[in-house]
Amino acid sequence: MTNHLSGGKVNISLLQDLEKKQLFELILKCGGPKVIVWAEDLVPLVGLIAKNTDLNEHDVRKMFFLEHGPLPPTTVKNIIFISRPRLHLMDMIADIIHEEERRGNRKECHLFFVPRRSQLCEKRLQSKGVFGNFTFVDDLPCDIFPFDNDLMSMEMEGAFKEYYVENDPSCLYQAAQALMTLQSLYGIIPRVTGKGPAAERVWDLVSRLSQEPRKFPTNSQIDQVLLIDRAVDLISPLATQLTFEGLIDELFEIKNMVVRLPADKFSGGDDSQNKIMVPDELQITLNSADELFAEIRDKNFNAVGTVLSSKAKLISSQLGARRTDQTVQEIKQFVDRLPSMMAAKRSLATYTTIAELIKNVTDSTEFLDSLQLEQELMLGVDTDRVQAHIEDCIAHQQPLVKVLRLICLQSATNSGLKPKVLEHYKREILQTYGFQHILTLSNLEVAGLLKMQQSSRSYTVLRKTLRLTVEDNSEVMPSDVNYVHSVYAPLSVRLIQQLIKSPSAWRQLSDVLALLPGRIIDHSQQLPNYIQKRRGSISSQSSQNENTKIVLVFFLGGCTFAEISALRFLSQQEDSKVEFVIATTKLINGNSFINSLTEPLVPDHK
Amino acid sequence: MTTLLTADWCQHGKDEYFRKFEVYMMEWVGEIKFDTVAFTSTQFGGPIAVTRDKTKVVKVQGTGKPLITIYTASGTFLSSFVWSSGRVTEMGWSSNLDLLCIQEDGAVLIYDMFGNYQHTFGMGQEAQDTKVIAAQVFSSAMGTGVAVLTTTHRVFLVNSVKEPKVKMLPEAPGVNVPPSAWLVVCPERHSRVLFARGKELYSLNEGDSRAVPLNIDLGADSYSIINMAVSSTYDYLAILNNRGKLWLGSLDVRKTLRLFDTWNLSLPKQLVWCGNDAVVINWGSDIEVIAFSEDSIRFNYDSSLFLVQEVDCTRVITLQSHEIIQKVPSVVKEIFRINSNAPGSYLLDASKQFQKKSHRANEYLHLVKPKLFTAVTQCVEAAGHVFSSDTQKMLMKAAQFGKTFLDDCSPETYVMMCRVLRCLNAVRSRQIGIPVTYIQLQVLTVGGLMDLLLIRRQYYLALEIAKFLKIPDKSKILSHWACYKVKQTSIGKDQIAREIADKLGRNEGVSYTAIAMKAADCGRTELAIKLIDYEPRATKQVPLLLRLKEDKAALIKAIDSGNTDLVFTVLLHLKENMQMARFQMEIRNIPLAQALYIKYCQQHNRETLKDIYDQEDNHNALAECFIRDSYSPRNSGMGEASLVAAQEMYKRAKNDVNAALCEEQLRLLKVQHALEEKFGKDLVGKSLHETLKLLLTKNEIKQADKLRADFKVPDRRYWWLRLKVIGEKDNWAELEKLSRVKKSPIGYEPFVDVCLSYDKKYEAQKYLPKIKDELKVKYLVKMG
Repeated sequence: MTNHLSGGKVNISLLQDLEKKQLFELILKCGGPKVIVWAEDLVPLVGLIAKNTDLNEHDVRKMFFLEHGPLPPTTVKNIIFISRPRLHLMDMIADIIHEEERRGNRKECHLFFVPRRSQLCEKRLQSKGVFGNFTFVDDLPCDIFPFDNDLMSMEMEGAFKEYYVENDPSCLYQAAQALMTLQSLYGIIPRVTGKGPAAERVWDLVSRLSQEPRKFPTNSQIDQVLLIDRAVDLISPLATQLTFEGLIDELFEIKNMVVRLPADKFSGGDDSQNKIMVPDELQITLNSADELFAEIRDKNFNAVGTVLSSKAKLISSQLGARRTDQTVQEIKQFVDRLPSMMAAKRSLATYTTIAELIKNVTDSTEFLDSLQLEQELMLGVDTDRVQAHIEDCIAHQQPLVKVLRLICLQSATNSGLKPKVLEHYKREILQTYGFQHILTLSNLEVAGLLKMQQSSRSYTVLRKTLRLTVEDNSEVMPSDVNYVHSVYAPLSVRLIQQLIKSPSAWRQLSDVLALLPGRIIDHSQQLPNYIQKRRGSISSQSSQNENTKIVLVFFLGGCTFAEISALRFLSQQEDSKVEFVIATTKLINGNSFINSLTEPLVPDHK
Repeated sequence: MTTLLTADWCQHGKDEYFRKFEVYMMEWVGEIKFDTVAFTSTQFGGPIAVTRDKTKVVKVQGTGKPLITIYTASGTFLSSFVWSSGRVTEMGWSSNLDLLCIQEDGAVLIYDMFGNYQHTFGMGQEAQDTKVIAAQVFSSAMGTGVAVLTTTHRVFLVNSVKEPKVKMLPEAPGVNVPPSAWLVVCPERHSRVLFARGKELYSLNEGDSRAVPLNIDLGADSYSIINMAVSSTYDYLAILNNRGKLWLGSLDVRKTLRLFDTWNLSLPKQLVWCGNDAVVINWGSDIEVIAFSEDSIRFNYDSSLFLVQEVDCTRVITLQSHEIIQKVPSVVKEIFRINSNAPGSYLLDASKQFQKKSHRANEYLHLVKPKLFTAVTQCVEAAGHVFSSDTQKMLMKAAQFGKTFLDDCSPETYVMMCRVLRCLNAVRSRQIGIPVTYIQLQVLTVGGLMDLLLIRRQYYLALEIAKFLKIPDKSKILSHWACYKVKQTSIGKDQIAREIADKLGRNEGVSYTAIAMKAADCGRTELAIKLIDYEPRATKQVPLLLRLKEDKAALIKAIDSGNTDLVFTVLLHLKENMQMARFQMEIRNIPLAQALYIKYCQQHNRETLKDIYDQEDNHNALAECFIRDSYSPRNSGMGEASLVAAQEMYKRAKNDVNAALCEEQLRLLKVQHALEEKFGKDLVGKSLHETLKLLLTKNEIKQADKLRADFKVPDRRYWWLRLKVIGEKDNWAELEKLSRVKKSPIGYEPFVDVCLSYDKKYEAQKYLPKIKDELKVKYLVKMG
């Protein structure tokens, strides 16, 4: 399960190994057979670092979700709680322990916090009178999880809201810790650059944490880190992603690299490894372990069809080749290749089905109309007027999140909405979807996603200087990153592109960058004497890559699959001397981004 | 020269030698009256405590209170203090060089070697009541133990002075007279006491209910055991009786190794072991060394002396000198013995000849050639055992010389020995005064030696040794130094803090918190606060600051750290320990603290939250609070009131749009209440859109039109809604009517669409002519 993590320039499986080791060290501390009670959101994340069989080998007999209500009866003596440091979870744990005591069961309880313990939680447990019941209380310091060979995510829901709406910088502290973890694995990163208030704060915390005693490897594998505050680029998450992986996420939601699709759409009978059958749903793991997916994930959806059909031809010709094979040896070779060919065929069938599911949606007028409006807004057409399409969406009571997404996009591209327009939209939404959404609207205003028009037309300036929109570019054979949204090139990626082109580019662009929030950070971190830079060290695998710079892009507040694809595209360009490793607080798309900012006062009736 | 080196050797039997050599001339000459004082020292070249010998009559001087003086092994004065507590029965040193003074009442007072009082523990109520007549300090697996003998002849002991747990040993049977000799032994974690009453010997075991008699025969018919000694490794026992008979044997007394007649009926002053090789008896002004075989060796001194037992030797302390008696280590014996044919001996000769530039070097080398490796190893090892640096050099040179003729000789042992010798010579120097032997160092380990140096406050030497022996972690030494430094009350806090920070830097493993804690324990709070500043880990800083009641500093540190959990901890601590109003004032100037407190209140205390917003004139946020209230299930029925409040707040905030929206919502609620009565349907809280839809579905077109006008619903949306409802109602006549009322704001395409979606082709055709020209073809296709 690890090999897909180690394929990149920086070996992400080191992170997996570290976290696995930490987990099992803790589990081994509690001798004898044990049951583990997991906080719900941790279960899929733990799946990223350890397999169930690994856990069983460490004498883990059963695993439960942390829920309200007592545990199912068990004879196992050790109970390990692995939880986030959140107060409501502490209450659940306390209840479970009280219940076990009522049942008269003498259990050894242990509590591990992910990513680190909190005094607030310990106090809560003390006040509930159960803190003394724990034999071990410890940290499981997993801040960031390995997703793919160039991708790591902290999976912190609502980090953006916490910082920009509630002014709570907890997530930044955690991000700084994650960066320290990465540095302790891959060496101190010599150059730190970034943009945005959150980036500034994270750098501040990192330099503070660097003073704590900690060991670093002797060579730096990463040359530069780039901290991108989501607040710098609020447009990109709002734009519909048009890459294959991006569209899967937009339409079916990818969670921890797994997508759930209706099972009846897939031809049954094959039990490929990366699929798990649940009665009505099929879970498909999407990562670079699958060769075909690795090839098509970053392509514009319009280019995917061609690849799939040429693959289909190739496979059928390979399978058909046996008729002409004559000698025994040739037949033997063919048979040897058969399993891999069959696997390729299965994966081709899977992705073709997914492509069909996507196509059903992308061909609909609703999708096309919205996309058209989106692109017009990006191009700066009529951005200051009330848009009939948005009104129609409201009138048809389309999902509120879609409406908000379009309005926010208009606000961004118009550098704020005219008061009349904003008021109109507000009233429309409240009248149609209900008054309770006034709080969500207010959150969007606080976060800067909805705002009144300002005197400066920053979007227009940015669009021109950074060429945010490109109209004449092939989606099939792209020459520019804008292919990920067909017209719009993500602002975040453009900034990165500038920076890697020449180190001083940002200073030259300082007029433009002043339009974006926060200061530019550009520091060099002092390496202790014994640490050498990567140059000339053993780690480089081929001489051709000797001069490739490795840049860690850390998105604070989340990033989209389209942005990731764009970055991969950049490093694949022939003249590119940069490889990107991407870290983010969360993988987001427009819907999940807007949803994270809503205030669920009344449960939504869909 | 070789003959000179063996000058201090005494042959013992055919092939054994004991050596007696001086390590120090004592510095204390003239300071002490040797005959009237009692000495206490300990193993590994420990310091010597000197106090008045109570058994001797002396002229009282000064206050008459006894003085306890501590000297190093070289007789250098370290400290002295006046004893002003109760009567001291016995003194002893613990393994970490604390002086244990055991009083008559069983109290054990602990002083460090600089005469600073540390603390006291007692030997239990019974010992206190019955008075202690004798005591012994012994080394145990847990450190250092203390045993006391009371006037009722019971023995109480603790196995570790660090965690004193008093245990009572079983009573020895027989007439109730004091023991003629007693001895604590502690092999393998179990302490017991050998208790001699005349001829009888008992073992009092920890945890047993009665004493175990031991059978031992010292030959004569009637005698009394008068002294006993156990070797440092707890392997061998020596017993002396009043007939001058000395028994040597195993600790369990089952195996007799020797019964020796000293022919001396006088009372010996001391009976100690010399390693595991021999017993040394102090007869007053001469000593007798008795090994397991052969005749004893006697050394005469002019004056009285004092013996200290070591793991491999015995130290002899007199007024003038400090000597070591040791069985010559076999490797040293091999090399220096006259006519030795050991490889090392030849190599040494070869090396000497080589230095004389004599060709005979080659001859010697030839003799040793086949065993050259052994020869080198012997020379290196022998160098460790000699004290004279000249001899050390001579042996190391020989080893170096031999090494050059070896092809694959790893230099490791040679280099290591060079380093060890340098360190040994350094700690043995007169100034430091630790006459530790190579064998002792191996028992003690380098770490243990470092600890001894730290206890002696020899920080600089310890650092140099660490550097020299390439011990990477120096933080322990530095931390020790810092903890000592903070106790120097004469130096200002700023200077101390700066000095400590300069020396310690950002060394891994240095805990500034621990040092600060020490400072706080010494009552130097301000210094502690200064030191905490240097602690890089906020998780350690903040709790200590809170403990020192530095709330504000704790809050600022917590905020700087970015660790919000710490901030919460401090906030809640402050909230509990401060008046509410002051607390709120305190945090309102610190935005992050305020924000986090607000977040906490959102979950825990909504009313406080409103207070804060009110104070801050944050009317928008207040309005939102009220809106949340209006949706809270606990607040059912009061929703409108909360909304009115929200509207008022929005007005104050000059947020007219939101105020108007609130007002509209209130109006809508009123309408909905009325409609709810009319239709008996759940409606309150639904959106305007849903309300309109309900009216249209119920064919209350007029009322819907009115509502629509009241709330200024845009035409387009209203028309879309109407079409949708008509479709749902399957009321196509109404659709036709609608198409004629006025021109549709959404065009007529949706008319066709709605018909088609319900499969009403015929109805759809009616609107085809009204469709825009450019879309006509498309719609014709759609209709098929």
